[in-house]
Amino acid sequence: MSYRVALEGSHAVAEAVRMADVDVISAYPITPQTHIPERLAEMVANGDLNAAYIPVESEHSALSACLGAAAVGARTFTATAGQGLELMHEVVYVASSMRYPVVMAVCNRALSAPLSVWGDHSDAMAVRDTGWIQVFCQNNQEAFDLTLWAFRVAEHPQVLFPVMVHLDGFTLSHVTEPVVLPEQSQVNRFLPRFQYHFALDPEHPITHGAFAPPDIYSEAKLAQEIAFRNSKQVILQSWQEFAGIFGRFYHPVEQYRTENAEVMLLTMGSFTETAKLVIDKRRERGERVGLVSLRLWRPFPFEEFRQAVSQARLIIVFDRAISFGVGGPVLSEVKSALYDAPARPTVVGIVGGLGGRDVSEEDFDYVIDRGKQIAQTGSDRILETVGIRE
Amino acid sequence: MERRVVKLGGREITTKEFLAEGHNFCTGCGEALAIRLALKALGENVIVVMATGCGEVCTTPLPYTSWRVPWMHTLFENAAAVVSGVEAALKILARKGKTSPKRIKCVAMAGDGGTSDIGLQALSGAFERGHDFLYLCFDNEAYMNTGIQRSSSTPYGASTTTAPAGKFSIGQVTKKKDMVAIAAAHGIPYVATACPSYHLDLMKKVRKALEVEGPAYIHILSPCPTGWRYDSNLTVELGQLAVQTGIFPLYEVENGRYRLNADPPNLKPVAEYLKLQGRYRHLNEKEINKIQQMVNEDYGRLKQKVAAFPA
Repeated sequence: MSYRVALEGSHAVAEAVRMADVDVISAYPITPQTHIPERLAEMVANGDLNAAYIPVESEHSALSACLGAAAVGARTFTATAGQGLELMHEVVYVASSMRYPVVMAVCNRALSAPLSVWGDHSDAMAVRDTGWIQVFCQNNQEAFDLTLWAFRVAEHPQVLFPVMVHLDGFTLSHVTEPVVLPEQSQVNRFLPRFQYHFALDPEHPITHGAFAPPDIYSEAKLAQEIAFRNSKQVILQSWQEFAGIFGRFYHPVEQYRTENAEVMLLTMGSFTETAKLVIDKRRERGERVGLVSLRLWRPFPFEEFRQAVSQARLIIVFDRAISFGVGGPVLSEVKSALYDAPARPTVVGIVGGLGGRDVSEEDFDYVIDRGKQIAQTGSDRILETVGIRE
Repeated sequence: MERRVVKLGGREITTKEFLAEGHNFCTGCGEALAIRLALKALGENVIVVMATGCGEVCTTPLPYTSWRVPWMHTLFENAAAVVSGVEAALKILARKGKTSPKRIKCVAMAGDGGTSDIGLQALSGAFERGHDFLYLCFDNEAYMNTGIQRSSSTPYGASTTTAPAGKFSIGQVTKKKDMVAIAAAHGIPYVATACPSYHLDLMKKVRKALEVEGPAYIHILSPCPTGWRYDSNLTVELGQLAVQTGIFPLYEVENGRYRLNADPPNLKPVAEYLKLQGRYRHLNEKEINKIQQMVNEDYGRLKQKVAAFPA
C-alpha cells in the first residue's frame, strides 16, 4: 500500500534515491546546495541506504566521481543547483557524450553575478545543449516520481543518457507538500537492476573515452544526436509503465484546460500551479484560455508540443531566464518549434520570476493581458517583463 | 625465441605488454617508458583512469587503443575524482554482492599539468578522503602535449613557449612546485619519486604502492626529448643524471618516514645535466651556479628529513 506523507521537495528526491537503491552518491555543498545530499548522507549513516557517499571537494569532482562509478556499472546520483551546475558544466557534456546514465537533481537557481541563491531557470537553460534528458517538476510528488523514473529511463539499454530532474529552488526544494510514497515492491517492479554492458572490467578490458580525430568526431556526434532523439520513445514508454504501476500519468507536454483555448499560456516548473489558478478564474469568466507546461525539455518534444497547441491562436511564453541578446530561451525554442507547423499561432514572451522574485496570480493576469496586447500592437520594449521595476 | 625472465624481489616480471605497440608517443619518450614499466608492475587486475595529456592522446585515437587493461579518460583535471568514483563503486558493488569481491587496483595517471596545476584540487580531495588508489604523475616538466607551455612543475631557468628565455627573462623565473611534499603533507601512507631510467626501482615502488591500503602517490620524472630539446637517445641517461646530480632524488615517504633510495657520496654538478638540454641553453655560468645552489639546498633539506624521520 502506498501512503501519504508530508515531504520537502529535497527530501522527496532523497526518498526516491533511497528507494532506487542507488550505489554511489557524490555531492558537494556549494552555495547553494539543498537538503538532498544531507538527507542522503543521513540515510547512509543510519543504514537506511546501502550506498557509497563520496563527499567530494567540488561540483566538478561530484559529477566526475559519478562518471567513474557509472563506468564500472554502479547506479549513481548527484544533486546540484545554480553555481554548482555551472562549475560542473564541462563534465556535464562528457557525461552525456560518454553515455553514462547518471541521475542528477537540479534545484533550479539563479546565476551570479550579483550573487543570488534564489530560484529561477538560468542554470537549467545554460545546460540545455549538453545532451542530458531534462524534465521539469511542478510539485514535490513529481519530484519524487520523476527522480525514480529518471533511473529507469537513463539506464535503459536503448537510452544510456544522463537525466536531470529539475525542481525549482526553494519553491519546491524547501517547501513541504503531501507526497504519496509507493511500496518498495512497486519500485522494484518498475526499476530493474542496472545492467551495464560496457562496464570497465579487468576480465574484458575495454577503453572508454578515446579521443576523436576530425575524421571520426562528426560521426560520433551524429550518432549521439540520433540516439538522443530516439530516447523519446523509451521516455514515453516508461511513463506508461510508471502509470501502470503507480497510477500517475506523465506526458512530455502537460495540457491544462486547453480544450477550445484560443490563448495558451506556456510555463515550466512550479509556477505552473499558480498559473493554473489564473486559468481557472478566466475560464469561469468564459475566457478561452488554457495552459501548456513543458515537462520534457530535452529532447524537445516537437510533435507533442505542436499537437498540444494546434488549436491556439496565441501562445504566451513565460520565461524564468534571459538568454542575453535574444530574450527568453523558452520563447526562442517555442518559436523555432512552430516555424514548420502548418498554421503558426502568434507567439509572444514575457520574462519574470528571476532570482527568487515571486510571481503571483496578479502577475500571471498581467502576463496574459499584456501578452494579448503585444499580439495586437507589437512591443516597443527590448524585453517584456513582469514584476520587474524599470 | 628464448623468453628471458627478469626477477623483481623474488617475483618474475611479466613478459606481457599491457601498453600495445604502435602507439604515437615521440621517439625516446620517457613517459611511454614509464607507463610500460608501471603497467607491467600493475598486472592485469587493474582499472586505469587517465587525465588528458600526452599519455592519453598518444594511446587512444579512435578507433584504436593501446590499452590492454580497462582504461578510461574523461577530462584534464579530474582523474583523481573519477578514480574516486571507480574505487567507491567497486567497493560498494562488491559489498552489495553485485560483483565479485576481488580487489581491483584503481590507478589514476596524469601529467605534471594535470597534477600540480589544474588537477591539484581533485587530487587533494581524493587523498584527503582516503580512497584506495594509486596516482602516477608523469612529470615532463611542462605542457608538452599542447606545445611546451610552462607549468608549475617547470624548473627554474627552463625555457618554454609561455615562459621563453629572452633579453629580459631567463625563461621560468619560479621554482618547481614540490608536488611530492604536497602529496606527503596529506599524510597518505605512501609517496615516492621514480624515474624510468631506474626501471626496477620504479616497478618495485608501483608494487609497494599497490600493497598499501589507501592513497599512494608516485611522482615519475619523465624526460621529454621534444620539450627538453635533447637527442632522443639520451632519455635514460638524462633520467640518470637528474638523479645523480640531486636535481631529482629518488626517495620514499612511507607513513611519514623518509628513505633515500640512492644517495651517491658525491653529487655530480648540475651543469652536466643542464648542458645536454636545449631548454637550458641560454643559461650563463651565474645562473647555472644559482641552480646548483638551489639543488644543494633542496637536497640538504631532504637529507635532514631523512635523518629526522628515517624509515
